This record gives sequence, C-alpha cells and structure tokens, in this order.
Amino acid sequence: MDMELITNILFAMVRTATPLLLVALGELICEKSGVLNLGQEGMMLMGAVLGFIVTTLTGNVYVGVLVGVFGGMMMALLFGFSVQILNTNQVATGLALTIFGTGLSAFLGYSFVGQSIDGFHSINIPVLSSIPIIGKMLFTHDLLVYLSFALFGGIYWFVYKSRAGLKLKAVGENPHAAKALGLPVIQIRFMAIAFGGAMAGLAGVYLSLAYTPLWVENMTAGKGWIGLALVVFATWRPERILIGAWLFGLASILHLVIQGLGFEISPSLLAMLPYLVTIVVLVMLSRDPIKQKLFTPASLGKPFRAGD
Amino acid sequence: MLRTLSRYAAAAVLSIASAFALADDPMKVGFVYVGPIGDHGWSYEHDRGRKLMEEHFAGKVETTYVENVAEGPDAERVIRRLAQSGHDIIFTTSFGFMNPTVKVAKSFPKVTFEHATGYKRGDNVSTYVLRTYEGRYISGLAAGMMTKTNTIGYIASFPIPEVIRDINSVYMAAKSVNPDVEIKIVWVSTWFDPAKETNAANALMDQGVDVILQHTDSPAPVIAAEKRGLKAIGQASDMSEFGPTAHMFSVVDEWAAHYIRTVDEVMNDTWEVEDYWGGFKEDMLSIGSINDNLPADVKKVVEDAIAKANAGELNPFTGPLKDNTGKEVIPAGHTLTDEELAGVNWYVEGIDDTIPQ
Repeated sequence: MDMELITNILFAMVRTATPLLLVALGELICEKSGVLNLGQEGMMLMGAVLGFIVTTLTGNVYVGVLVGVFGGMMMALLFGFSVQILNTNQVATGLALTIFGTGLSAFLGYSFVGQSIDGFHSINIPVLSSIPIIGKMLFTHDLLVYLSFALFGGIYWFVYKSRAGLKLKAVGENPHAAKALGLPVIQIRFMAIAFGGAMAGLAGVYLSLAYTPLWVENMTAGKGWIGLALVVFATWRPERILIGAWLFGLASILHLVIQGLGFEISPSLLAMLPYLVTIVVLVMLSRDPIKQKLFTPASLGKPFRAGD
Repeated sequence: MLRTLSRYAAAAVLSIASAFALADDPMKVGFVYVGPIGDHGWSYEHDRGRKLMEEHFAGKVETTYVENVAEGPDAERVIRRLAQSGHDIIFTTSFGFMNPTVKVAKSFPKVTFEHATGYKRGDNVSTYVLRTYEGRYISGLAAGMMTKTNTIGYIASFPIPEVIRDINSVYMAAKSVNPDVEIKIVWVSTWFDPAKETNAANALMDQGVDVILQHTDSPAPVIAAEKRGLKAIGQASDMSEFGPTAHMFSVVDEWAAHYIRTVDEVMNDTWEVEDYWGGFKEDMLSIGSINDNLPADVKKVVEDAIAKANAGELNPFTGPLKDNTGKEVIPAGHTLTDEELAGVNWYVEGIDDTIPQ
C-alpha cells in the first residue's frame, strides 16, 4: 500500500462516516433526555427526499438542506407529540415513524427517481489541505462534512461543559426530580427530540445531495439503524460516537480496497468486518460496568406524563 | 405499505365483480417485485415492462403489482393472494421467489406462473432470464478500447453464475481488443446500496481503474466516475442522466418483449412450459444512450457488436476455452447451451482472481 492509497482510504473513511456521525449525534441528544426514538431511518429518508426535491425545483442546494432538516424535525415532532402528549409507547411509535417515513418518502419522491442534480462540491481549505495524509482526510470535503465537524465540537461542549447540557442530562436521569427542581421536562424533551430529528434530516440530506447526489427509494439502506446502535455501543459519549463512526467507515472502505488489492479473503467475511470491528472496539472501551452505568440515561425509554 | 394495502382492497373488490361479469373481461396479470419500483434499476425495469405490455394490449389486459416483497414466506402469501384474486398470469421477478412460486402454482393449476432467473419449473410454471452476457460483451469491447491504464473495474454483487458469466464475458471482450487489459473485481454483497456502490467505485479508481462496470442497480457508480472524470457503463436502466461525460452507454433490460409474448400465448392457448432466454435478438436487451463523446472507432466497434448481437451471432462462450487454472472448460467447436450457461462457475483464463466461496 502506498501513501496515496492510505490517504485516499482515510478520506473515504471520513465521508462514509459522516451520515452515521450526524444521525448518531442527534439520537445521542434525544436519548440523553430519556427519550428513545427508533424512527431514525424514517426521518433520514424524509430529509433525503425533501432535500432532493427542493434542490431539483429551486436549483439551490442550501434551500434543499434547510427544507430537508426541517422535514426531519417535523417527523420528530410528530413522534414527540405522540409519546409525550398522547403517551404512546416510545419503541412502537419510533418503529411506526420509520415505516411511515419510508413509505411517505417513496410516495413523495416517486417522480424524482432518475433525475440528477448538481450537488455539493468539495472545498479544499488552503494550506491545511496540503498537510500529508490528514490534509486530504480532514480538509478537502464538502461543506456538510465540515458542518458535521462543527456540530461534533458543539455537541461535545454541550454535553460535557454547558449548563444546558446538565439540565438535559438531569431530565434524562430522573424526570421527576428534574421537575421538582423546576425544569420544564416536557419542553426540554421536545427540544431534544426536535434536535434529533433535525440531525437525522441533515444526515439524509448529506446522502441525497452530497454523497450520492440522487434520489432512489430506501437509499439510506439501514444507516439509521447503524447510527442507533452506535449510540448504545458508544455508551452515550460523543467522542466514542466519532471513534465508532470512523471505525465503521474505515472497515467499510477496507472491505472494498482489500479485494481490489487481490487478497484472497471471502467477501462475505469482509462484509461483516465493519460491524465486527466497531462492536468489538467499542465494547472493549466500555467494559467498565460502573462507568457504563454512569453514562446511560437512567430513565431512557420510560414514559413521563405532563401531570406527574 | 398503504399503497399496497389499498391495491389489495381494489384487487379483492375487482375479483368479486369479475366473477359476475361477462367472458370478455380483460385478462388479469399480476407482478411481484422484490424492490421498490423507484429503484431506477431491476424492479423499475420490470415495472416499465409491465406498463408497456398493458399499453400494447390496450384494454384487453389489466395489471396489478406488489412491490417491496421480501424473499421468503412473505412472498408465498403475496403470490397466493394474487392467484386467489383471479389473476390469470403471475410474474414473480426475483430469484428468491422460486420456491414460493412453484409451491403456490401447485394449488392453482389454471393460473400461469412465470418466474424470472430461476431454474425450477412445473406444469404451469415457466422461467425466463436475460442473456446479460451479450450486453456485457459489448461493454467489455468499449471498456477495453477506452481504458488508458489498462485496468477496468467490476462492481459485483453476489458470486452466482449470472454475475460470474458476465465477468467472463467482459474480460474476454476487453482482451480481444486490448491484450494488456486487466480486470479488478470488488464484491459488495448487495444489489442495491448507493453509498456502498460509491465506495466500491472509488476504491477501484484509487487503484488505477479508469472504466467502471457495475453489476448492482443504483446509478451511484456512474456519478462517482463522473466526479473523477473517468468512464462508466450503466446497468439495467439508462443512466446517461447521471454522467454527462462519464457515461459511455447503458445496457438496458427490456422485459416488455417477454411480457407481451407470454400474455399473447396465454390468450391464444399456445403457452407451454419452457426456460426462456432472451437477449438482443429477442428484443429483451438494448444499448441505450451511446455518448457522443466516444471516439469514432469505439462507436463503430460497439455498433458492429450490437448488429451481431441482434442477429444472434454473439456467442462469447464458444470453445476452445480454458479457465484461469488452465483446465479446458469448453472443448473446441462447442458453444455452451443455455443449461450449461446457467452453471458457469469458473473464471476464464487470464482473470487474476478467484471466485469467492
């Protein structure tokens, strides 16, 4: 393997990881508030299809991004309304959201299949992009990838360092205690759910406008579920979500590169690699049961009624 | 989901109605698809065939389709439902529908069943398949002439005879016009995943490939080639839209010819059980949107090959032929029969790779 190949692998790793990172970070915030939303796949698809439709009609990718993000958020609010106001079961409602989003996106996007758009282009950051190896890996992407870096930084700070993050965690640990302290539990959860939806929408938009600028039904191909699993295996810590997403991306790329290099390993075995590597590494990282308990939102998935 | 349900409801109502109606009712034809009709690939093409067939028989045929049907027990339920609701012909369009189709067919001897890409037939079950290797041969000729790095890349789905046959076909064609050509094969273990197909295309191009061929269904590899300023050939559907300069041409599936033919036979009571292979000659494959930017000599070779295929004279699997371990697989003077083609499980001499087990 030469230097150029390694550089290209790392570049592709970051690109592949971006949708996973976005959707997982969104779900992280949602779960930190104690709400489990299994509707990632549906919200991503809605983001992807709306972003694509609006970009096709207006010719402006930025408007497409905004509408896609908004679409993901609306889907999440629908979920929030069901579980918080109508007190439906979170798991069942989340699954329903995925099924609904898959069907609705297919319906909306039907006449846009087979159309092409001019999606996002890469922007090379001067000076930084010429650093060997990591220059190409980090500084030659499109705008949405840079945005995902910024969002990662912001969420890291929010979860560990901010007062608002503390409130969010309080609500997720024990909503009753949080309410006794005077925190608006339902409102905070609504905001967390909406943020999760917006991030899922952005992940979908990234797929349909930047990664593979096209719309086809079910184009997320299970990425929402992988993002969901990443949150759990990363034990609700943003930095581990980043590690997990990158590992997954790296293994996905290696699985293809290794074949091209002519190694004789069964492709079915290699196709398993991303899942295996990510799970093993993240489980190894979080094998301390006490620490694990510390980071898991204690009231995750449990209903909280407005009157409680 | 809702669309499927409402379609069922409509089908159920219609079948009750048709029981009371007169004998010159339209013939009812049902289709079962494995993917969404919006995949711009496999199921999309079957559905295009369905629409063209319905148009052809204007008013004499009524069609129903069920999309996104999982291979397995779910398929049996769907096929049974179509048979019960009075369909005269049912097309099941994915390999994994083979056993359910054969099973349901036994309980409905009056219904005609047609299963795509399978090998099990019955008293009322035929199979049909495309001679995709003809299209691949033409792709291979163009790829071999266009590559500057003498390396062409193949994004492969699963190691089944159809895919292996097509890889051989591409390589033999490319080698015939460019003796130094090499083929790099990457297995992605999926028929449809735009992101993964993009990664595969990029991984190949990182390793010196400058012409991408795909045996998967999304247009993502064409887009990836366009971004790098390299070349690609579309699969199943016309993908010219996705690569104004990269797209050389697409090998397009034309199922309509078979659907029209079958319905016609059933109408005239001439239908028989068979294993039907259709290619260029049978109007079941075509080359779509040849790019104007192709050099004249490449265009000429492609057009000559199309003419040859249309005449049914394109038989790459003609002996003497050795596999890549040096064993003779086709003796001199022999051309593989359809039955033998269905069992190709070797790489032809020169492909520096092994078939995954």
